[in-house]
Amino acid sequence: MGNREPYISVVDLTMAYGDFVVMRNLDFTINRGDIFIIMGGSGCGKSTLLRHMIGLKPPARGDILYGDLNFWKADPTERQQLMRNVGILYQSGALWSSMTLGENVSLPLQQYTKLRKDKIREQVSLKLALVGLSGFEDFYPSEISGGMRKRAGLARAMALDPEILFFDEPSAGLDPVSAKRLDDLILQLRDSLDATVVIVTHELASIFAIGSNSVFLDPESRTMIASGDPKKLLAEDHDPRVQTFLRRGETNGQTGK
Amino acid sequence: MSDAAVHMSLTGEEILTVHLKGKWQMETDAPSTETMGEQLEQHPSIKRVAFDATALGSWDSSLLIFFFEISKLSAKKNVEVEKEGLPAGIRQLIDLATAVPKKEDARKSVSRAGFFARVGLDVTDFVKSAGDLVTFIGAAFEAFVRMVMGRARFRASDLGLFLQEAGAQAVPIVSLISFLIGLILAFVGILQLAMFGAEVYVADLVGIAMVREMGAIMTGIIMAGRTGAAYAAQLGTMQVNEEIDALETLAVPPMEFLVLPRVVALTLMMPFLVLYADLMGILGGALVAVGMYDINIIVYLNRTKAAIGLNDLFIGLFMSLVFGILVALSGCLRGMQCGRSASAVGDAATSAVVTGIVAIIIATAVITVVCSILGI
Repeated sequence: MGNREPYISVVDLTMAYGDFVVMRNLDFTINRGDIFIIMGGSGCGKSTLLRHMIGLKPPARGDILYGDLNFWKADPTERQQLMRNVGILYQSGALWSSMTLGENVSLPLQQYTKLRKDKIREQVSLKLALVGLSGFEDFYPSEISGGMRKRAGLARAMALDPEILFFDEPSAGLDPVSAKRLDDLILQLRDSLDATVVIVTHELASIFAIGSNSVFLDPESRTMIASGDPKKLLAEDHDPRVQTFLRRGETNGQTGK
Repeated sequence: MSDAAVHMSLTGEEILTVHLKGKWQMETDAPSTETMGEQLEQHPSIKRVAFDATALGSWDSSLLIFFFEISKLSAKKNVEVEKEGLPAGIRQLIDLATAVPKKEDARKSVSRAGFFARVGLDVTDFVKSAGDLVTFIGAAFEAFVRMVMGRARFRASDLGLFLQEAGAQAVPIVSLISFLIGLILAFVGILQLAMFGAEVYVADLVGIAMVREMGAIMTGIIMAGRTGAAYAAQLGTMQVNEEIDALETLAVPPMEFLVLPRVVALTLMMPFLVLYADLMGILGGALVAVGMYDINIIVYLNRTKAAIGLNDLFIGLFMSLVFGILVALSGCLRGMQCGRSASAVGDAATSAVVTGIVAIIIATAVITVVCSILGI
């Protein structure tokens, strides 16, 4: 995707809950325009890594750099400015349940812009239309299906036309067709908004369909054991753990146990 | 078919064959592996253990467990176990169970801390939670100052909703409870006063008790159970649902957006509820006095008016403000501290009620002592 300059760098990151180290020595770079996949088995700390990157959990050691900005050492206003350009889709959608979809999407706009009310309303209906939910402004999150909640969450994440989009298990709980549609939507968004996308997932179909770069977290050794284009990893990486994961446990001749 | 049974036989001095017989069921006791252990002790020359399943009937997981006990015993003596004699189904299950090596550090280590260590841990936990409380109160106060300066971010419609929930919707239960409290006070008091022929002074008793203390305390406790628990459950569910994370990453402080309107709403509504509770309590007392002792209603109300001073009323209203803040803060604090599971939400609601009621009682004690020292 055009210029491949580095954008987000994770430098020697160690994540821990108290004394319990989840992952250590994480080192990778996400380039501008990447669709970057954070993958690994269940419970290996993928979502925790995401929480570190979006400012919800401070690292035990190491740094996260956005361009030249050291995220966790920056002062709050700088961090807030950065977060304005970040959209996040949470695992469960995380729509504010006491607010309608329209209010959910408009809150980021009210928070960061000085747009007039009618302008905000236009933005909201546009963003909802982009995810195929036009006309649902006045519905509450509890009144729509899980798949729709996820899409509404995406509309909220896109409210400010972010440069970076984070997705926490976007296709979890979706049927294959909806998951495919969401993947297509992510690709389209990346191309049209020129955004950088970071996705936490273990859905192989999505990983190969949209991933352009990735990092593989291994719960046993508590660190990353591979990184790069997932398709290349499948073809070239010889680590049996990576191969087992990418082939759903079916090992072939070149990797045989 | 007979029950499960085992016997052993030695082939040469090297192979111990385990003959499995009968029907193996979870509900009936499986044969013990003791004889097997004895055999291994007595014959150190044994190199292998084999199985003979020709007389084996039906079987279930109990046979599997028996097998693993045997292989554990054998492993201690460095004896090999041959699975070949076992039925194919059992062999597959054994392979399945041993496919992934046991993760040694997976099972949580159950800490067997001694008595003093536990007491120490509890004390440090308590100190830490007290610290959290103070931090929370400070942050809430900061948010309040921002609101006064007009810079706090919350939705007016939220505040309206909370005012309605904590105000109008609480009226029925507050009416009922305070009416009954007034009734009970009058009933207990009038029995004693009647002994001196001083029944009419029950108006003083009910009036002062309700206006000065009971109205505020009872309303506070009702609101702790009703609204404090609701706040904790609401915020706890938002925590579980990542809604609070979503606010934080958007740089919308949850303290202003979620906590502030709730605290303000309950604190504003409490004095009104307490005034209303005072009235209902006095009416309850009047019902007993008029209905059972034929005291004239006008006399009763006049006595009440004469007995209650303005300072009684203000002390009651001041307490109601304090209780409103305490109940709302403890509800919000427990909700914000909530873990990420359904049972954590339940714990948060329970803890909110307990914290709220304890705070109310402590505050009452302090205010009462201060008032008596000041002589008001």
